[in-house]
Amino acid sequence: MSSDGHTHDHPHDDAAAHPAHAAVEEPPPGYYAVMQQAVEALLIDKGILSADEIRRAVEAMDSRTPAQGARVVARAWTDPGFKARLLADGTAACRELGIEMGPTRLVVVENTPETHNLVVCTLCSCYPRMVLGLPPDWYKSRAYRSRAVREPRAVLREFGTEIAEDVAVRVHDSTADMRYLVLPRRPDGTEGLDEAALTGLVTRDCMIGVTVPAPS
Amino acid sequence: MTRVATVPEFAPRYRAGDAVRVRRAAPPGHMRTPWYIRGQAGVVERLCGTFGNPEELAYNRSGEPRQPLYRIRFGQAAVWRDYAGPERDTIDVEIYQHWLEPVEPASNPGSPAEKAPR
Repeated sequence: MSSDGHTHDHPHDDAAAHPAHAAVEEPPPGYYAVMQQAVEALLIDKGILSADEIRRAVEAMDSRTPAQGARVVARAWTDPGFKARLLADGTAACRELGIEMGPTRLVVVENTPETHNLVVCTLCSCYPRMVLGLPPDWYKSRAYRSRAVREPRAVLREFGTEIAEDVAVRVHDSTADMRYLVLPRRPDGTEGLDEAALTGLVTRDCMIGVTVPAPS
Repeated sequence: MTRVATVPEFAPRYRAGDAVRVRRAAPPGHMRTPWYIRGQAGVVERLCGTFGNPEELAYNRSGEPRQPLYRIRFGQAAVWRDYAGPERDTIDVEIYQHWLEPVEPASNPGSPAEKAPR
């Protein structure tokens, strides 16, 4: 018996490790993965959904990115009328840009010299997917979800964002049917940029509120 | 013109600016009222509309009558006893009407949460 618990005649040569074998190296599916597969198979068997419809829905979900939200923000920075409509009714204003919110409604919250906004969902991971795509893993973590409401300034600091004491931090807990998009402040020194160039300054994290846009 | 009600719903009881308190209750089932905000007093920021009651929808029931949903603004310093930040910091939470009760100003004068920054 060799020291690593088995007996055979080949050497273990880590420098020449063979390529990954998904069948042996991926862990077996867990409880929820099995349940998801079973429900999917039942929906297809009963003719409620087709495999292609499910595939298309997943593809559409994966195709949404923060570029959508960046378009919304850049338009608001350059068009005061649009910004007013966006703050009054985010869902309707996004429709002007061809973005449909589906069953949820969008509330856009504006950062000002007096207020910084931060979005979290403490109950699960509600996220404005129609404008930001899929949420980052940290947004879904228990640490972010519990700490963003309780010590938002400490969380912001860990993202490199220091909010002055004379600026209110306004946390939005996305607990029900609303979804939230932060409208960041347009950085100083960007007066000469057009809408397309401004879009490039708007990142996902700015629109969640954990950071602010950097000047170009 | 009279409005044609297609879906049964409760009429909104509160308006923006009203002082309200979240019920301190612990019913079983699927709730969308976070624990940390139960029992806290805040101010109605806006009425969001009426929506199917998630506590019913979770069990494949109709969710009707639909419940008015509000965004309620709370002062962070009142919600967390050891909150590390200025008084002006706030938290907004979406709460359905059946989880809210009015705050009578006379019965609870000077509670910090009732003066949550707008």
